[in-house]
Amino acid sequence: MHPEDTIAAISTPPGHSGIGIVRLTGPDAVTIADKIFRSAGKKKIRHSRSHRIMYGHITEPETGEAVDEVLLTVMKAPNTYTREDIVEINCHGGAVPIRRVLELLLKKGARPAEPGEFTRRAFLNGRIDLAQAEAVLDVINSLTAESQKTAVQQLRGGLSKKLEAIQENMIGLTVLVEAHIDFPEEDIGALSLKEIKKRAETIKRSLKKLIKSSRYGMILREGLRTAIIGRPNVGKSSLLNALIEHDRAIVTELPGTTRDMIEEYLNIQGLPVKIIDTAGIREVGNIAEKEGVRRSLALMEEADLVLLLLDGSEALHDTDRELITKSTSSNTILVINKSDLRQKLDLLKSPGAKRKTVRISAKQKRGLETLKDAILERVAGRQTRPGTDVVTNVRHVHALERSLESINAFLAGIDKKSSPEFLAVELRDALDATGEILGITTSDDILDRIFSSFCIGK
Amino acid sequence: MKSDHDYDIIVIGAGHAGCEAALAGARMGLHTAIFTMNIDMIGQMSCNPAIGGLAKSHLVKEIDALGGEMAKITDMAGIQFKVLNKSKGPAVWATRVQADRALYRKFMKQALETQEGLDIRQESIEEILIEDNHIQGIRTVSCSYHARSVVIAAGTFLNGLIHIGLDNYPAGRIDEPPSINLPKSLADIGFTIGRLKTGTPPRLDEKSIDFSVMEIQEGDSPPPAMSLFTEKITNPQVPCYMTYTGEITHEIIRDNLGNSPLYSGLITGIGPRYCPSIEDKVVKFSDKPRHQIFLEPEGLENDEYYANGISTSLPRDVQVKMVRSIKGLEDAEIRQFGYAIEYDFVFPTQLRPTLETKRVQGLFLAGQINGTSGYEEAAAQGLIAGINAALKLKKKGPFILGRHEAYIGVLIDDLVTKGTREPYRMFTSRAEYRLLLRQDNADMRLMEKGHNLGLINDRHFNDLNIKKASVEKELKRIQSTRIKPALINPLLKKLGSSPIPEDTTLYQLLKRPEVRYAHIAEAAPCDNGISQDVMNQVEIQTKYEGYVKRQADLAEKFKKIEGKIIPEGFVYNGINGLSKEIVEKLEEVRPLNLGQASRIPGITPAAISLLMIAAKQAREKNR
Repeated sequence: MHPEDTIAAISTPPGHSGIGIVRLTGPDAVTIADKIFRSAGKKKIRHSRSHRIMYGHITEPETGEAVDEVLLTVMKAPNTYTREDIVEINCHGGAVPIRRVLELLLKKGARPAEPGEFTRRAFLNGRIDLAQAEAVLDVINSLTAESQKTAVQQLRGGLSKKLEAIQENMIGLTVLVEAHIDFPEEDIGALSLKEIKKRAETIKRSLKKLIKSSRYGMILREGLRTAIIGRPNVGKSSLLNALIEHDRAIVTELPGTTRDMIEEYLNIQGLPVKIIDTAGIREVGNIAEKEGVRRSLALMEEADLVLLLLDGSEALHDTDRELITKSTSSNTILVINKSDLRQKLDLLKSPGAKRKTVRISAKQKRGLETLKDAILERVAGRQTRPGTDVVTNVRHVHALERSLESINAFLAGIDKKSSPEFLAVELRDALDATGEILGITTSDDILDRIFSSFCIGK
Repeated sequence: MKSDHDYDIIVIGAGHAGCEAALAGARMGLHTAIFTMNIDMIGQMSCNPAIGGLAKSHLVKEIDALGGEMAKITDMAGIQFKVLNKSKGPAVWATRVQADRALYRKFMKQALETQEGLDIRQESIEEILIEDNHIQGIRTVSCSYHARSVVIAAGTFLNGLIHIGLDNYPAGRIDEPPSINLPKSLADIGFTIGRLKTGTPPRLDEKSIDFSVMEIQEGDSPPPAMSLFTEKITNPQVPCYMTYTGEITHEIIRDNLGNSPLYSGLITGIGPRYCPSIEDKVVKFSDKPRHQIFLEPEGLENDEYYANGISTSLPRDVQVKMVRSIKGLEDAEIRQFGYAIEYDFVFPTQLRPTLETKRVQGLFLAGQINGTSGYEEAAAQGLIAGINAALKLKKKGPFILGRHEAYIGVLIDDLVTKGTREPYRMFTSRAEYRLLLRQDNADMRLMEKGHNLGLINDRHFNDLNIKKASVEKELKRIQSTRIKPALINPLLKKLGSSPIPEDTTLYQLLKRPEVRYAHIAEAAPCDNGISQDVMNQVEIQTKYEGYVKRQADLAEKFKKIEGKIIPEGFVYNGINGLSKEIVEKLEEVRPLNLGQASRIPGITPAAISLLMIAAKQAREKNR
């Protein structure tokens, strides 16, 4: 973490607005933005005059795919808030594209801003005067406390355990390489390239798996894939409409986007949620029950989260029972609809007896907040404060991806028969990246491990 | 006129730290005295008879480039020279020299004796004299000496306690008395004192060793010198030998652990894990069927061998049994028994990066007293303490090397920022910028600084500039010279390297791992011949270019944070958001800048953010 890095952050609070700003500041702000921005007039940002607004698209440079239609403001140093170059990207596409824009910037060399870092730079670069400094301290202090809390909460989930195991493997590998650099005369055997390659490949696989399976990563890119299932007439459609009415995210129509499949995006306190197969929800009433169950099961397979809807005003059907049995409790929320009517549903003797339930009335829009909290809770492992969790998520994914990159460079180095001191540089980088999540591994930690694993010392 | 009881700088102790400190002080024009308990033990290598090795030769070559003495003396006393890690890249090559103990003492003593402005005095120090937290001088058994600066380099002498078996007795080194009153004086001043332990193996009679059953280890030929200024190594070169312990040895040790001061709880000091006693090795790595022993010659005129690898504090009779269970040592006679020594050290977080104590102005500490181990670590600190003692008296700014500039910088920053709990030794893995801090470029990194300090003369500095220029020139030449496929492809084929399809620069070819400078020079020689040294530089710089650039970029960023100064006397208490523990840690270390602050264990990135702002506020208020 260096104070002179180029940093990026979503600077609008995540919420109901479809418009959001991604802000970038630092010495490479313009260069990085130029890598992903295609202006309508084919003009490069670096050729633009300062304090100008440009219109164009943010595109994925590798595939050329358009991510969002944006207005981009360029402000060149020194007459800016941070006294460094600033690029502000006004996105229109809602929560998901904003996050993708941020991700692209990170991929191209920016790092996620720390809480309050823009303001801190403004102060350090002499933009804000002394009198304002106290206020800045307060802001940073409160934001840091909050984001640390959130980070800790999120880490209680599976991510932390899995990443610790990976980091442990990386440390083991580093110990092996470093021991052979620093102790050439010790009786510790030769460094086997085959062995370290095997170990690095294991690390690579688990990192990849973690990044891929990390719901955070997926969610950030594509939204939480959520299925609303249930037998006909339990109120799936009303629930969808009730949610959309409140929290529908605006999706830009971009050239090349297939519109055959209807998807709805919601934004629940900053968490992008994608309702999958909305078409199915709307027509499911007209098809045979058996076909409905088959389709529901297929959806359960595909979804990150399942909202299994039951009718509170009726006794449990066989179909309900079957759906509950086939669903997995970890990614399913049992939602009991029609709480406004007389309740006849009794789950006590059903397979769902021990499941947590949420009662709502889609029609009267009651219980929707509780449902949203339950969704957030499932995602983060615990209920988190709105907004902050998303930032930390970006940070985590970014760190994991950088770590993977370094492991790949390590493997490439082995193939090139690089000397171990070069390989060690890549390992160090990989460890530093995961260290941003779990805490830094120091050279003392490595030495400790060398001395406990090898008998060193003449 | 100054009386002979009145000095600018007084150095206490004439080991590796003390000698460098005294020489630097005197060479920088200050009237200096060095005090030793025994004039014949100046420059004594109290442990193994070798200088250098991984990360340590880096230190020695840095000392050399800054105008210190250790490398030169090593070359004069060296009886075997070897470059370790040759199979890896030059950043982790390291020169290791077996040195003749007696010659080392002789030449170091000579260096002190012939140094203008330096007095040698044989006296034992009783007390450090201070007034209002300013150093005044020292008191010996017989009288007091005034000094404007004092450097303490007392090694393992402070309350030294030697253990052999369950016997123990006070001593500084074997057969030398410890210093009892000096540590008391330091404790009275208020320094926090800790206790460490180290040990040595037995030394054996050459005639009683059967070398014929051992592996022989020769040095490199021609011997690679440690110092830039050495023209030729003139001593005859001798080999080392290698043998192993066996199951019987281990059994003897296990049977006698009850008589080991280490395992009976007699020793409380913390020992180095990278240099464990044979007792520790056998207990902690019980699955290892054998351990290596290197038999190292003590000197050309000396018929003793140092049994490196079996450092021990077992009783004498057990040492004899153990040694005789080893292949080739069945009839070995022990000349000097192995022993463990416990000694006091001053927690080094009480020092500034100049090695001046925070508590007493003008008082500097260097070497093992700061919790380090190793001659090279000691000498490096001695040099830095001596230089800074002199600069302070000359009212000049301090001399502090950064972690990106030298291993010496890494060493001292680690000590004063993180402290240490075991004897601290340098390893290459401690250096973040390992690929930049090579032993081959110590001169290019540091000699200019040595020259600015007045420790490197104009002639040598001039030589350096000529070398730098010819490296630059040759690099430019190979970057701009293209070679035709027809000219080079036959050679590439011979080297197993893929042929080039079109004209290619020599530089691009040299980047290939299998292509050496000699190859490209053969195909396209440099017009006016260049020295081997320059060729090596060109080759290393070319092959390392990508990684070096990467680390250099990081070093640039590092420099920027190091440049964010925390004002002297800065108040941490009351900074919004800093926890009590963090404030305490910052108060203890009192970092000079934000970079150093960020390396204090337990300081969070969030705390650094807060500090960054508070420090700027303070700087502006001071303005």
